[in-house]
Amino acid sequence: MHTQPVIVNIGPHHPSTHGVFRMRLTMDGENILDVEPVIGYLHRGSEKLAEERHYTQVITLTDRMDYVASMTNNQAYVLSCEQLTGITAPDRGQYLRVIAAELQRIVSHLVATGFFLQDLGAFATPLMYAMRERERVLDLFEMLCGARITVSYMRIGGVFQDAPAEFWPALGKIVDELPAFIDELEGLISKNEIVLSRTQGVSVISGRDAVNASITGPVLRASGVSWDLRKAAPYDVYDRVSFNVPLGDQGDNYDRYIIRIREIRESVKIIEQCVKQIEPGPVRATSAMLFRPPVGESYVPIEAPKGELGFYLVSDGSIAPYRMHVRAPSLINLTLLKQMLVGWKLSDAIVSFGSIDVNMGEVDR
Amino acid sequence: MTAAVSGADLAEAVSNYAYDSVMDSDRDAAWVKPELILDICRFLRNDPSQAYDLLSSVTAVDYVEFFDVVYHLTSISRNASTVLKVRLYGREALSLSSVTSVWAGADLQEREVYDLLGVSFDGHPNLKRMLTWEGFQGHPLRRDYLEPPLPYTWPHGG
Repeated sequence: MHTQPVIVNIGPHHPSTHGVFRMRLTMDGENILDVEPVIGYLHRGSEKLAEERHYTQVITLTDRMDYVASMTNNQAYVLSCEQLTGITAPDRGQYLRVIAAELQRIVSHLVATGFFLQDLGAFATPLMYAMRERERVLDLFEMLCGARITVSYMRIGGVFQDAPAEFWPALGKIVDELPAFIDELEGLISKNEIVLSRTQGVSVISGRDAVNASITGPVLRASGVSWDLRKAAPYDVYDRVSFNVPLGDQGDNYDRYIIRIREIRESVKIIEQCVKQIEPGPVRATSAMLFRPPVGESYVPIEAPKGELGFYLVSDGSIAPYRMHVRAPSLINLTLLKQMLVGWKLSDAIVSFGSIDVNMGEVDR
Repeated sequence: MTAAVSGADLAEAVSNYAYDSVMDSDRDAAWVKPELILDICRFLRNDPSQAYDLLSSVTAVDYVEFFDVVYHLTSISRNASTVLKVRLYGREALSLSSVTSVWAGADLQEREVYDLLGVSFDGHPNLKRMLTWEGFQGHPLRRDYLEPPLPYTWPHGG
């Protein structure tokens, strides 16, 4: 019998592509022969826009890149600006940044896990569980800065304002209750026969391939490579807290899922330590709106929820960056997509893509 | 803490490998000859004393008289990072060897540089526009890029 491959476009508007992403699949029946990712549907030219705004204004642009992890985008940007200008944030400001960033990591991993399970066919229930907890963390962000998604909480030299008094008991309550929630979610999922059979051994990435393809974050650690910038290049106060870096051994979809669950537990530990260590004091080194950094350049990579996020800033001594480049983990983690999907079936493509956890706002910028 | 290898140290290591291959160096970065980039990258990745196995970032900057292509390199085993640069003069027909054969991670990043800044990479497996659409004119991150006028006007001017 004579057959011929069929080209199937998944997306750009499809619930499983987490935004406007298009996969151009060459299929032989259910089997994937070739994959071509097509991106750019959400390109807003953030890097060009940054050239026409002063340094403080650019913070609002960073919110809109990875919009489920705005706090860490803010953090990467302000750290890079601080290296450029030589400003150091006061201790309380750094602790608040770390607390906010770890809360954001919990949110991002919850969203990743929820949608990953949704892609597996566990329709709505686990996603709603994850979203319920996410809402509670977003309420905390609202207390910190008045916004829930596009936070713009951090500033060059600290944070926008100190946390209000009602923030601390609310934070304590969430931190106390999160481990039980993770147990609940894991009880539903982690030993589920369908989840195991669909994810274990699927779309394996070896550690060597992952490093060579510049893959970072939970996807790299799921392949067994111990590389976490919070440990390797501690920024803010990460050198004063202790936590583990969970590692996978297979590099399959299941490892990528379980690493995120374990990282949420570690984030809770980090927040608890920060709450114990934080002391009263100023939260911001300078209230200046306009800066004229010296001529030069800076790049401070941080461990964002999705991987290494860094802003490469070039200053010509004016109030606006001469050039800003975003090292976007979501984009670069897609490098191995073809290798991950070829040879698997269409239904695995959706799951494997979900396991990378990309955010199209960051891919396209 | 990740050790930031200075441009001078990187320049010394590279010139020990290939004589007269470094153009310049400063506190942050070393500039190498464009025609040797692939060879030098292969050395920086494979040599045990360098072992830059993770290509953090590839980008380019338009300085009007010239372009700098910037490579941020990280070594996971040595916990070190450095910055390698290549300077390309002129504004037309800029090209450089692709480093995708050394680091697969350069694939999408070089495409982005090609798309937004117009530096083409020889030997890249799939060099085409990525963020803008096919048929887009110009390279928007260049300093002299001007948005083409709209083919229509709003009813009350503007």
